[in-house]
Amino acid sequence: MNFEVPNMMLALPEMFILTMACIILVFDLFVSDNNRVLTYGLAQLTLVGAFFLTLADYSTVTQFTFNNSFIRDPMSDLMKICIYLAAFVVFLYAKDYLRQNKMFKGEFFVLGLFGVLGMMVMVSAHSLLTIYLGLELLSLTLYAMVALKRDSMMASEAAMKYFVLGAIASGMLLYGMSMLYGVTGTLDLAEISQQVPQVKDQILLVFGLVFLMVGVAFKLGAVPFHMWIPDVYHGAPTAVTLYISSAPKIAAFAMLMRLLVDGLYGLHEQWQGILIILAVLSMGIGNIVAIAQTNIKRMFAYSAISHIGFLLLGVLTGTESGFAASLFYVLTYVLMSLGGFGMIILLSREGFEADKLTDFTGLNERSPWYALMMLILIFSMAGVPPFLGFWAKLSVLKEVIASDMVWLAVTAVVFSIIGAFYYLRIIKIMYFDKAEDSSPLVCSVDMRAMITTNGLLVLVIGLFPGDLMALCLSAITTG
Amino acid sequence: MFSDWPLLSLVIWIPVLGGIVVLVAGSYTNSATARIIALLFSIITFVLSIPLYTDFNTATAAMQFTELSPWITAFKINYHLGIDGISMPLIILTTFMTVIVVIAGWEVIQDRPAQYMAAFLIMAGLMNGVFAALDAALFYVFWEAMLIPMFIAIGVWGGPRRVYATIKFFLYTFFGSVFMLIALLYLRLESGSFSILDFHAFKMDLDVQILIFIAFLLAFAVKVPMWPVHTWLPDAHVEAPTGGSVILAAIMLKLGAYGFLRFSLPITPDASHHLDWLMISLSLIAVVYIGFVALVQQDMKKLIAYSSISHMGFVTLGFFIAWNILDNTGKLDGAAMGMQGAIVQMISHGFISGAMFLVVGVMYDRLHSREISAYGGVVNTMPKFAAFAVLFAMANAGLPGTSGFVGEFMVILSAFKANFWFAFLAGTTLILGAAYTLWMVKRVIFGDVKNENVAKLQDINNREFLFLSILAVMVLLFGVWPAPLIEVMDASVANLLQHMMQSKL
Repeated sequence: MNFEVPNMMLALPEMFILTMACIILVFDLFVSDNNRVLTYGLAQLTLVGAFFLTLADYSTVTQFTFNNSFIRDPMSDLMKICIYLAAFVVFLYAKDYLRQNKMFKGEFFVLGLFGVLGMMVMVSAHSLLTIYLGLELLSLTLYAMVALKRDSMMASEAAMKYFVLGAIASGMLLYGMSMLYGVTGTLDLAEISQQVPQVKDQILLVFGLVFLMVGVAFKLGAVPFHMWIPDVYHGAPTAVTLYISSAPKIAAFAMLMRLLVDGLYGLHEQWQGILIILAVLSMGIGNIVAIAQTNIKRMFAYSAISHIGFLLLGVLTGTESGFAASLFYVLTYVLMSLGGFGMIILLSREGFEADKLTDFTGLNERSPWYALMMLILIFSMAGVPPFLGFWAKLSVLKEVIASDMVWLAVTAVVFSIIGAFYYLRIIKIMYFDKAEDSSPLVCSVDMRAMITTNGLLVLVIGLFPGDLMALCLSAITTG
Repeated sequence: MFSDWPLLSLVIWIPVLGGIVVLVAGSYTNSATARIIALLFSIITFVLSIPLYTDFNTATAAMQFTELSPWITAFKINYHLGIDGISMPLIILTTFMTVIVVIAGWEVIQDRPAQYMAAFLIMAGLMNGVFAALDAALFYVFWEAMLIPMFIAIGVWGGPRRVYATIKFFLYTFFGSVFMLIALLYLRLESGSFSILDFHAFKMDLDVQILIFIAFLLAFAVKVPMWPVHTWLPDAHVEAPTGGSVILAAIMLKLGAYGFLRFSLPITPDASHHLDWLMISLSLIAVVYIGFVALVQQDMKKLIAYSSISHMGFVTLGFFIAWNILDNTGKLDGAAMGMQGAIVQMISHGFISGAMFLVVGVMYDRLHSREISAYGGVVNTMPKFAAFAVLFAMANAGLPGTSGFVGEFMVILSAFKANFWFAFLAGTTLILGAAYTLWMVKRVIFGDVKNENVAKLQDINNREFLFLSILAVMVLLFGVWPAPLIEVMDASVANLLQHMMQSKL
């Protein structure tokens, strides 16, 4: 048995993030509360550093290392870059919120960085073991982050719920993986995909697939495995909700792609059916139940569920352009979700959490500019052109129709009409109702600048979505 | 001299830019500046749209003033603009009515006037975009984006039930449009391009055509609106601010009719032929039944809203009787006349309904009531105003000499060639229209002064005189001399009929 030294350079960004996260963990111990902003700055610098490390070595081909359990291809690089950017925005938005709620400690940022590492591992995973490793690293940090505000009953409840349900989902996933391993005798996704057509006992394979899908659907939050989403989104501190609702969606999508496309493409017929059910249920339940919500965080939670349904539509087509459309959708969703939760943080101030719908009442009188930004974000989520969310829906629908599933496209648009109602209600509250609370918005300059950039990006990329779409397509097709 | 200017881009983007400037100006200066900027931008846009008429080549049905550049290459979507004789008058109507709306909202809107003006300017740009787009995806983007400013306009500056009305308006239109999106995506995948002109040349089976026709019908019927999906319109009209009602009636309803001309008829001619009985029935129901509904309205705006639905029934009737006429006479002349009459009706209805809503708006600004019973004997206190009101009411009833007569007459005349009963039912509108309009005029304008509120009314000021007289001139001008309008659309209508009569199976 000969031992090869793996090519470490491919995992350089991961190693950089790990090292920096450990350094920040220690560094934070020696920083007084007044200088906590140094921890924040260092965390942001880490993300910027990782961004450039990944960008400098942007893949054009697919490379493997660590005995084929780690993959680096254009898709992984694009996703990682988006994860850094999302985490950067999350940290920036979170800073003010954490200060106001006396939670401005190093833990948030350290955990956040470990979470980013977990996502990167998931994105680059090429064996069942690596997928699980990344997933657990991410999940554990998320459980801890939800419970960060330990005196809050709601947050503790949410964390507990998240942990228990998450553990069950992980168990399902592991069970499915063990079946796959049992049938194919390998953990390597590429080898699994070669083995699949030769397996005699297809039943066992499909059983394994079903358990895998349960695990993945839970992490994505697709109906009927969505129960944790509203409670966790609602219970967690808004800064943590912001984190959970953004970058992890990219990682969960990556996990879906790795498992279903890299590993089990041979079972496309089987998983297509499962995904159709998940997608239709998610769009239906998500959009309908969102109408009844009065808490905006909860409403965004249901809206997230419905967006996941749309996201699955692209994957289930099983074509490269379908995957690209879904990738485009998830990136779009992350951008809109960041903006949406960012607005909640913007309206919050010390001792006041703007998480009820009525807290947005008359925002147009209080601040026309941010009302306009929220308007852009909301119409984008509803899928009204010319904003970015429309193109995301359009590209997914186009792929669905191209796969001869017009009925599915019709179902999707019907649910998006239902969805439009609760989005319109937010606009109504902001624009048509008279303001009761006339206190000015308090927040830092960088927060204002970032919210503005976020809103305008949704508009500008919406006017010129071609480049982002081409980027997604090339990330899927090359390498 | 304008031939190398990107005129269509200018009439789309100048008002949008104007809207942004007005918004910015509104937050840093007083509202008077914002109003003046809005007026300036609307006039510039109108002036820029005039060369579209003067430099228009009436001899050809080909698209003119075309602009083509790639927009979203990943989806093969182009920024493709162009107009023919059908869309050109509608663009000029839009830019013209926008000027009127800006003047009409001048002092009336006191609450956030900059945002009001901005909403209407942006809307004008987007509506011009709908009329000028030759790429289906671009068309859809404009078509949907236009809902946003209208939604805001009704919701912010509307009446007491504005929230209900505006959400109903948005959801109805959104509901129709998404099915059109599916149809457009299907056409894109089958034909390999998003160009509307390529769609015109594309052949499909009848059952596919029927499905696509229905998808289009959902989008356009809601917008026109046709019975039975018209119920959003009275609500939206009643609650909208005057400017919103004017734009809704004058332009937005025409978008639905335009959609039939640009999409349904030429892309799915066989399905249109196959289902023309349905379209004719729906049109006649709109004309007759909605005419009766208008008769019993207590609210002036609601009455005009129903009258709009009834008049738009004429437009769709004019479009869809073409096959019947061809079967009966074997010639396309009658069909062409019906089509032209319908388009003339679109333009004329733009002026008349806009004017009617402005007339109601003038009274509403004074008494804050739209109820017919709140008025009576207005002529005694507002004689100048009464003259305008009576003129527009006559035009609405289709009196010869006004533009309302031309379109209706042409459609009824061609309906005779299709089927006597079509013409008979359509003709009842001359009675019904006269009945509901003139009865309202009688109760509101004539008679003795009804109460002390009416007795205290002030006659119209110069600003109101200005916009009412401009509209009066247009109504009379097109009433006695519609030739220029018919001339510009002649070639395009002939071309459209060619497409319709050619089987695309």
